Amino acid sequence: MVVADSGPARGRPRLGLGACLVAAVRGVALGALVLAEVVLLLVLLGSVFLAVFGSGALTAGDNGADAGRRSLLALLVLGAGLAMIRYAVPPVLLAVRRVARLTRLLTWRWCGVAIPETYRRPPADLAAKGYFARLRWLLGDAATWRDLLWVLVNAVVGWLVAAASAMLIVVGVVAFLVPVVSRAVPPPAFPGNTKPALTIIGFAMVATGVAAAPWLLRGYGLLAAAVLAPSGQAELVSRVRHLSQTRSEALDTGAAEIRRIERDLHDGAQARLVAMGMTLDAAGQIIDSNPDAARALLFEARDASVKALAELRALVRGIHPPVLADRGLADAVRALALDTPLRIHLASDLHGRPPAPVESAAYFAVSELLANVSKHAAARETWIDIRHTDRMLRIGVTDNGHGGADPARGTGLRGIERRLAAFDGVLAVSSPPGGPTAVTMEIPCELSLPKTSSC
Amino acid sequence: MRVVIAEDLFLLRDGLTRMLQAHGHEITAAVDNGADLLAAVTKEAPDVAIVDVRLPPSFTDEGIRAALAARREVPGLPVLVLSQYVEQLYARELLASGSGGIGYLLKDRVFDSAQFVDAVRRVADGGTAMDPEVIARLLARNTGNASLGALSPREREVLALMAEGRSNAAIAQRMVITERAVAKHTASIFTKLDLQPSDDDNRRVLAVLAYLEG
Repeated sequence: MVVADSGPARGRPRLGLGACLVAAVRGVALGALVLAEVVLLLVLLGSVFLAVFGSGALTAGDNGADAGRRSLLALLVLGAGLAMIRYAVPPVLLAVRRVARLTRLLTWRWCGVAIPETYRRPPADLAAKGYFARLRWLLGDAATWRDLLWVLVNAVVGWLVAAASAMLIVVGVVAFLVPVVSRAVPPPAFPGNTKPALTIIGFAMVATGVAAAPWLLRGYGLLAAAVLAPSGQAELVSRVRHLSQTRSEALDTGAAEIRRIERDLHDGAQARLVAMGMTLDAAGQIIDSNPDAARALLFEARDASVKALAELRALVRGIHPPVLADRGLADAVRALALDTPLRIHLASDLHGRPPAPVESAAYFAVSELLANVSKHAAARETWIDIRHTDRMLRIGVTDNGHGGADPARGTGLRGIERRLAAFDGVLAVSSPPGGPTAVTMEIPCELSLPKTSSC
Repeated sequence: MRVVIAEDLFLLRDGLTRMLQAHGHEITAAVDNGADLLAAVTKEAPDVAIVDVRLPPSFTDEGIRAALAARREVPGLPVLVLSQYVEQLYARELLASGSGGIGYLLKDRVFDSAQFVDAVRRVADGGTAMDPEVIARLLARNTGNASLGALSPREREVLALMAEGRSNAAIAQRMVITERAVAKHTASIFTKLDLQPSDDDNRRVLAVLAYLEG
């Protein structure tokens, strides 16, 4: 789930001539979205209609000569309706969702109106579950119904608001041009249809259209927000659901991590220390009778301590890498880059340090991504970009490998996504077959000021 | 040798002091933080300083910064940095000036006092002593550096031992070849890495640096 931070509504629209014309064109583009929506709506209504009509015709008592043929026809209609409900409705609902997402994106970019998104996360094993689980997930989500309502509202008035200024401009230009081109064709006779009047009307329409464009665009955005934005309650419910889910996942990950560390210590360093103690004890027993053998045992104990230290070092690297603690994210990633066989280009622009947990999560995410790249992508080069803008830590990892990475299949990417979610962070993957693969992570956080050093 | 030690853990500081004294070296100062180290090296002008990476107050990479600051203060001061872990990043920073007299070793290496004291001496004499773990991790990745790629496997082996700070004689012994053969390899390495003939020690450091830059 993506919880859009309801960003700052941008101020008054820009009112220059260019900006107005751009606004008019954008209005047309927004208005054109309604075409896609109407098609989707027709499919939805059509499937329900066919099913209802078919079953109605089937149950209607009939005693005509061609009753058999008619009921066969009714059966066919009913079947078609049911098949559409079975196979077309969930994809169409998802398509409606996609159009609504696009609308949200465009109202934010173009109209300066932010509309938060509160779709429910799909249940974990949705693909394995059946049709009804899918339908329940979609129809049980208030956001789906808001999307559908928006399709209706947009089809009736929305597109008119969006495209009004462009239409005014076009009609105005036509009216303006009529006197010019109508020398050959006599104008139709109705009152007021004189050349000067048409010119004035045309000019007025164009001027109104141009001047109103930004305001109409803004109005369209507000209309969309009124329909699409969740109520405060719904937003809170969705936020709480997100928080409790990510919290329990974070706790699970933490607990699993602690178990792993315990096991590593138990099987590694602890076991070696026990062995060392026994070796030292044996050396003590024979030191008088056989000094040479005792010396050999002492050296053995020393080697065991070196191995124990090496294991502890590896363990510490896995918990909290020393460079990360010393120098922060950028240098830690640089050190990581030095240790991998990939050719890595690092660009970082961090003036300060993110909070330690965020820093650590980001580091391990990058580390896992690099491991993925060297394991699967067959990439020669990798670009890492780390920056902090708009209170958001953004990290991009791009490789020139063969692509085809799918977060739905690999557990690695899902794991990263889950860990970032604990910080309200998100992960986006673009990996077309043939590459390149670009992974972008965003974690909202503030930077602390860089430490000043004395030497 | 006259040695200054900067190590914040008493046990290690004491252990190092005793070990070096047992090998007949003089400890002119044993301090527990970076600021005192700077004061000690300027006052005592030791043959070598042994510095722990983690020192108060920040307990991060204080020791690296203190070591570099000490070398700015006393140009050419040989410094051996000790750490619980080794990072190529830090090795590069320590060598970045291109001058010798730099060591970077895991603390575990003090377990073998003879070898450790040998490393201290090499650093004091202006050589380098990179921890074998730094080298091992370098070898684990295949570098994309063109001039390094031009080195033969044998030459890479020589370069790795050079980075650890071994002399030609020691390298010859380790690789079971003659010292003449080692000299031939090193000359070839210098040529391939485009290092002009100069003071041999300095070229050795530059070759190691090129190796670390990968």
